[in-house]
Amino acid sequence: MAEGSGSKLLVSKIREGTVIDHIPAGRALVVLRLLNPPGDARVAIVMNAESRKLGRKDIVKVEGVILSPEQTAAVALVAPKATINIIRDYVVVEKRKASPPKVVEGILRCTNPTCITRKPGEPVKPRFKLVKEEPVTLQCTYCGTIITQEEVVNQLYG
Amino acid sequence: MGWLGRDVISVLDFSREDLEALFSEADRARRGELAGALEGYIVALAFFEPSTRTRMSFESAAKRLGAETIGFTSEEATSVAKGESLHDTVKMLDSYADAIVIRHRFEGAATYAAEVAEHPVINGGDGRSRHPTQAFLDLYTVRDLFGSPEGLVYTILGDLRYARTAASLMEALTIYRPRKLYLVSPQLLRPRREHLDLLERSGVPFEVLGDVEEVIGETDVLYVVRVQKERFPDPQEYERVKGSYRVTPELLEKAKPTLKVLHPLPRVDEIDPRVDSTPHAAYFHQASLGVPLRMALLKLILKG
Repeated sequence: MAEGSGSKLLVSKIREGTVIDHIPAGRALVVLRLLNPPGDARVAIVMNAESRKLGRKDIVKVEGVILSPEQTAAVALVAPKATINIIRDYVVVEKRKASPPKVVEGILRCTNPTCITRKPGEPVKPRFKLVKEEPVTLQCTYCGTIITQEEVVNQLYG
Repeated sequence: MGWLGRDVISVLDFSREDLEALFSEADRARRGELAGALEGYIVALAFFEPSTRTRMSFESAAKRLGAETIGFTSEEATSVAKGESLHDTVKMLDSYADAIVIRHRFEGAATYAAEVAEHPVINGGDGRSRHPTQAFLDLYTVRDLFGSPEGLVYTILGDLRYARTAASLMEALTIYRPRKLYLVSPQLLRPRREHLDLLERSGVPFEVLGDVEEVIGETDVLYVVRVQKERFPDPQEYERVKGSYRVTPELLEKAKPTLKVLHPLPRVDEIDPRVDSTPHAAYFHQASLGVPLRMALLKLILKG
């Protein structure tokens, strides 16, 4: 799918799917994991491409997957500056700016082992509020523990 | 915003005006003006973790207000020992009482209980996280001793990592304007990131250091907390820091004559008993204000 041509890298156009651009360099695989494409989906990953905005960036193209709003929110947690292009019939029909959600519920778990959300048998979902967008910093609504960008990436990749 | 019907989970949910109203009400309680104010009410005391002062002062406060109390003082005596969730215990208490005071070893337990219960929930200490009514009491004591919590130099000494009383006091001081806040602890017990972030955002001038001698001369309020043995994930870590700081009459010789020593109690060995008879000791006075302060709190929450 991708082939080298001098210093440029070519990736063929997709007919229908999602292209996520401006991912911080090195996080393409985390983003791909969040998209969870079916095993036979065609996927292109570009890592460490040059970018005027970010210096280096990653790009992920997935054919046949249209991102849900929940997935868009999750992507924003690891790639807060990402641009999400929805492609239909080879044309970009929608361009979304990633924006980390103000409240994150359920996707992550609190890193504090004695947080009430970690108590076995308790019907409570982890919930975090966004305290900083770049780098993403979250705070547990229950115990107040701060979750750093690095921790978010680790959990979503883990 | 007023106090009627509110949950008391974190000090940070309250404004300076709220605190001033609480302190005035506590003054009224001390003058005997709140006796019988909550006749016919029931307060649930749900202490999933051991407590002496907090539980007994809430119980005494409720009774002095004319309210009844129900509750328990350890998990063993309840259905929790049979595996009941906090959710279900709180649901039940909510239908039995007009307010629930809860202490739990899990951080965030009170926040969660407040989501589950219709009636007001008061956090009587959740893990290492928060202890708002202690912080109200601390500020009220300082107000009683100095006229106002404003403009003073505070030194918090001890286990700043695990002590919820220290955590809540740091939060409470962001509501006022201390002249300076010194956070003194062994390296291993430095404050947690969320508190340093909060202090930075709030603009309170603060400094983190390891030796109390450096700042004792300029301190007005020396707030001492014990090493929280029960919160250490690794008992060996506890062994490394236990007994690593101690307030003695010799240390206090370098202090201002007006310096007051506060401590949420219980103490272990961090304040030499010889300090008790010096004019600096204010921790028993502080503990004695726990009942009127909690009377004021219950009264404002249940009746406004």
